[in-house]
Amino acid sequence: MINFNKFYKLFNIISACLVVISILLLLFKGLNFGVDFKGGTLIELRSSDKKINITSLRDSFSNMNLGDISIKKFGNENDFLIKIEQKDTSANAIEIIKNKLSDSIGSSFNFRRVENVGPKVSSELLKSSIIAIMLSLAAMLFYIWIRFEWQFSLGAILALFHDVIITLGLFSLFNLEINLSIVAAVLTIVGYSMNDTVVIYDRVRENLKKFSSIKIFELTNISINETLSRTLITSVTTLLALISIYLFGGEILKGFSLAMIMGVIFGTYSSIYIANPILVKLRVSQKTILKEDTE
Amino acid sequence: MLYFSKLRITLVSLVTLFFIFVAASNFQDSENSLISKRINLGLDLQGGSYLLLEIDNTPVVLQRMQNTTTIIRKYLKDKKVIFTDLKVKDNAIIFNVSKQDSEIVKSFFLDKESEINPYYNQYKSHQFNLLIKENKFILTLSKYGLIEIKSSSQDQAIEIVRRRVDEVGTNEPNILKRGNNRILVELPGLDDPMRIKSLLGKTANLTFRFVTQGNSDTFGIETLQFENSEDKALVSKRIILSGENLLDAQPQMNNQTNETVVSFTLDRVGAKRFGKATRTGIGKQLAIVLDNKIVSAPVIRDAIVSGSGQISGNFTFQSATDLALLLRSGALPAPLNIIEERTVGPDLGQDSINAGVFALCIGFLLVIIFMFIKYKFFGLIANITLLVNLFLLVGILTIFEATLTLPGIAGIILTVGMAVDANVLIFERIKEESKKEKNNIIAFDTGYVKSKTAILDANITTLIAATILFFMGSGPVKGFSVTLAIGIFTTLFSVYFIARMLTGLYVVKNKEKINLI
Repeated sequence: MINFNKFYKLFNIISACLVVISILLLLFKGLNFGVDFKGGTLIELRSSDKKINITSLRDSFSNMNLGDISIKKFGNENDFLIKIEQKDTSANAIEIIKNKLSDSIGSSFNFRRVENVGPKVSSELLKSSIIAIMLSLAAMLFYIWIRFEWQFSLGAILALFHDVIITLGLFSLFNLEINLSIVAAVLTIVGYSMNDTVVIYDRVRENLKKFSSIKIFELTNISINETLSRTLITSVTTLLALISIYLFGGEILKGFSLAMIMGVIFGTYSSIYIANPILVKLRVSQKTILKEDTE
Repeated sequence: MLYFSKLRITLVSLVTLFFIFVAASNFQDSENSLISKRINLGLDLQGGSYLLLEIDNTPVVLQRMQNTTTIIRKYLKDKKVIFTDLKVKDNAIIFNVSKQDSEIVKSFFLDKESEINPYYNQYKSHQFNLLIKENKFILTLSKYGLIEIKSSSQDQAIEIVRRRVDEVGTNEPNILKRGNNRILVELPGLDDPMRIKSLLGKTANLTFRFVTQGNSDTFGIETLQFENSEDKALVSKRIILSGENLLDAQPQMNNQTNETVVSFTLDRVGAKRFGKATRTGIGKQLAIVLDNKIVSAPVIRDAIVSGSGQISGNFTFQSATDLALLLRSGALPAPLNIIEERTVGPDLGQDSINAGVFALCIGFLLVIIFMFIKYKFFGLIANITLLVNLFLLVGILTIFEATLTLPGIAGIILTVGMAVDANVLIFERIKEESKKEKNNIIAFDTGYVKSKTAILDANITTLIAATILFFMGSGPVKGFSVTLAIGIFTTLFSVYFIARMLTGLYVVKNKEKINLI
């Protein structure tokens, strides 16, 4: 048996620091919002001409007066991802860019993907994404409250906040782009982290019923140990799946799978080191759950 | 107890075989297979264009205000009410009425059966809200009045959009309402939406009006610009003929001038009016105005009574074809703005499919190797279950003809990773139980029973996340939530019906074996 409960304090302090750092990063550095949430134009360009490179692309785009431009390689040697601040979604905006570009670098390129999001749509997408994440947290809170007791519900939600905030903090730190698929990843993390927490909580509840004399501090440790191999195996298989998406699933899914990988790691950690210490802090005992059974 | 009737074994096998069959039909030619259902590929996988259009209702609202003003003017005159200063200003209709008439005019607008301010019986709110300041009446559109205008202009616009897209002839376009002032157009397989965008960006409001020489005209005049030059001309506001009177329009080569023109045919009313106007207007210039720009303004030489004519204006064959198409499909009630566009080329789509399928294979392989190493024979059972789970998932997507997107493929891969969880929970529980319980069969049975709540709770939480994602997400992300949600159900089925049966049969055969798992 591993004594997880010996490190409750230490890891709680570390987690608190990470959360605070993440919040500071989110407040002061902010997130790198993609076209979905900021509006603007994204072009994935493939060239068949070796002479076309980031420098030549940057030169020709900056002559077009399209506002802030970012150009980077995208996977392949001759694939580029161009992000343009301009929020012009009129019918011929893309055509004009294409024509000007072929005037300056020749026509040996094609646009493999174009995303053009107007300011109205992007602010709506941002709003509905925030609502979706909030709603899912609320739904989880409610579900656990019904299935367990409020103490469990609180512990699970704090663990969720912890995972979501630290994942977003890392995205801020490494300046990774936030787009719609990242929101999907965050929601899945919410589901996964919950899933992990629930399995341990389920065991805590079972043990609470069984042993009336063991203190919750010990009891959480027993429960964590009993479910530990499951926790690890599931994390490993999920991570194996995610790593294969990250490595082989193509450039478009990179951000999504990276966010999920971080989320799974933090989700596994938090269901041990956040969700359980909270039960200890809230002095959960056999009485807490017996109330439920006598109803 | 771990006992399974023959009927149950047969049923489970049949269901499994059925889904394997359905899933496999995706890889056959549709003509040769028994099932014609296929998984739809999302725009991000097959390539195509997604356009979100917003209707700019400002002109429609203004038009409605002006029409209502005319109706009010007539109504008040009929009722012999004296009013002054009736006009539209700042999105409101305003007029003044003397004090003694104030009450009666108020009742004209606020009666439940009001003729000029309807909707009350339908919505418990009038079309217009009335505000009275001393003797000044101010009418503004109510919430329902505005909704009515928006939804009727949306209905008209979607019809016109559909006609225009159909005329261009892309395969299986998807045209849907969004909210009450937006239209979503999905065009699979279209990698350059330039032409459709420019066709949808035009209102195509066509009018025939005389060019006036002097500065006076009873209907008023306005200065309009020519389409192809900087020139301007003074044009009467009197509309002789509009696009509504057009029966047909086609691009044509004019044999005499060797120029591309658009020839049109008018309906009876239109032909009559056109005949009359051209007879009285010989020698005058007739401006052909499209969306407030003059296409051309030929001089009338003869009366045109045949009900057909030609529009010239330096067209290329392409632009003449497009103009004819626009005229045939009719004018939009209001301008459309493209507020979101997402286009994926077909080669990128194919690359995404390849990468997604490759990642799925690798992910699947890694997971089954891991499970086999960890659980040996039971790992094998978990892996068979996982494979069946995949077939079930693909089979259900096929039966519902669901749309598979790139994030959807990611959802399938993630399901592979997470689906073994239920089996792991059960196996681990069985391990624990068999430490206390010597009878293998009982240990297995309690293992299944005791792990049930954890498995249910764990899957329901994921399902909640997927459901919220389904309702809030758009396009590709929605595809992810669909596969994730279906994956949960197929996982539960395959774990409780297939894995349970396989482990059961094995355990019954090896009752006496120690350290079975």
